[in-house]
Amino acid sequence: MNLEAVATRAEAGAKDAASLPVKISIRHLDFFYGKFHALKDINLDIAAGRITAFIGPSGCGKSTLLRTMNRMYSLYPGQRATGEIQFGGRNLLHSRVDLNMLRAKIGMVFQKPTPFPMSIYDNIAFGVRLYETMSSRAMDERVEWALTKAAMWDEAKDKLKQSGMALSGGQQQRLCIARAVAVKPEILLLDEPTSALDPISTAKIEELLSELKADYTIVIVTHNMQQAARVSDYTAYMYLGELIEFGATDEIFLKPKRKETEDYITGRFG
Amino acid sequence: MKSLYSRRLLVNRFNLAMSMMTMAFGLFFLLWILYTLFAAGFQAFSIALFTQMTPPPGSKGGLLNAVMGSLLMATMGTLIGTPIGIFAGIYLAEYGNRGWLAPVTRFINDILLSAPSIVIGLFIYEIYVFQVGHFSAWAGSLALALIVIPVVVRTTENMLRLVPDSLREAAVALGTPQWKMILMVTLKAVRAGVITGILLAIARISGETAPLLFTALNNQFWTTNLNAPMSNLPVVIFQFAMSPYSDWQELAWAGALFITLTVLVLNIVARLFFRQTAAK
Repeated sequence: MNLEAVATRAEAGAKDAASLPVKISIRHLDFFYGKFHALKDINLDIAAGRITAFIGPSGCGKSTLLRTMNRMYSLYPGQRATGEIQFGGRNLLHSRVDLNMLRAKIGMVFQKPTPFPMSIYDNIAFGVRLYETMSSRAMDERVEWALTKAAMWDEAKDKLKQSGMALSGGQQQRLCIARAVAVKPEILLLDEPTSALDPISTAKIEELLSELKADYTIVIVTHNMQQAARVSDYTAYMYLGELIEFGATDEIFLKPKRKETEDYITGRFG
Repeated sequence: MKSLYSRRLLVNRFNLAMSMMTMAFGLFFLLWILYTLFAAGFQAFSIALFTQMTPPPGSKGGLLNAVMGSLLMATMGTLIGTPIGIFAGIYLAEYGNRGWLAPVTRFINDILLSAPSIVIGLFIYEIYVFQVGHFSAWAGSLALALIVIPVVVRTTENMLRLVPDSLREAAVALGTPQWKMILMVTLKAVRAGVITGILLAIARISGETAPLLFTALNNQFWTTNLNAPMSNLPVVIFQFAMSPYSDWQELAWAGALFITLTVLVLNIVARLFFRQTAAK
């Protein structure tokens, strides 16, 4: 593969989006579930320190696209991706990439809250212990820091030893965000993080995202267009495995260039 | 309309009556067995059971050596069988997604699970007892371990399969290596179920006679030497119950009651344990 050409394209793409540094650059990405061609020639730049949202009807491939960025699909035989996803100067689709190291740098939060069967404290310390050795004092501080980041500290500080499974759904989800933040990743991938939550928890998490973007690059998949409009800086509209339109969120929502995008956003379709 | 309703009512009553009757049929014999066991067993129950050795016919005695032998062999069998069972179960549930090894192992395990225990006894007799030339508690423990393994494999695999993939993905998404994910997240999530499986396996082997008959045999005297024939409750019950001596027969009843109560307690503990941790 001609690396220079890729670099120029990446630059061009970055200029399209904005003149921000690019964190992840996706080129000619195709994805297959067995024989099913789920993503078709995706080209996309994720801007550093911003929130990028993927929207589109169910089955359009937005979650699939998100799951290529931390190679989550590699868990399952029969799923494969071709093309390039450049991150930190390397193509992370390459077979020699250390997946555990990669995933430590690119955190993920899922649709359903997934607390581990251990205490709130250990839920957060678990990921940190994988890659860092520190004194118990430093670990206490890290846990407090992560819970504070996820707006959970006040609720959790008196029950750190309690099981994470005993929390409410919204609290569990914020615990999962704290757990992802605690390992200090560079990127946070969020796969419909609020679709299982009530409006108040949703509002809390959206608020949280705007605060987190100062330190992290965030990519969020959502089927809630208002949510995309509220929290994101850039929006990608996908349909049937193709990237239909990508641009600044304001532009996508106010004056979309493509007819399909407009139809979807105005609710005439989808 | 009316006739349709009354017809359904009739069919419903008929089916309900049939299932109640079959249930009563099954329960009747179960309760009969238990009643006989309790009636005969309690008469012979005494402290001497746990303080004295098995006696020669016509003199006083207890079952201490047999209780001890059963305890030792069940413990050894569980200690040998449990780790193998858990690791095999982990392989089947977590690693065996691709290839032919896991389906074949699972199939063979299912056969082993329902194999008559006398076959397992004869197998150990052939490959161990016959080779070393004498019966021993080690052979008995091995035979019991072979019964423990398939039970533990089965429950461990089934329990791990209940763990939703989203929990695995969550652990993997933090950069957790697979072995750590299994030990610290998925296995931990189902530890109540796995422990329940182990307890049920212990309950199963504490009453097994056939595999011990050809391996540990029996011993009239106290021994803790695992390399010698060892007394154990099931074989003692077998021998004493068949004997013409009424005092031996009474001891057999007491031993049978003791095993039944032990298994009952184990089952209750397993249930309580599972319920308590599952509710958390």
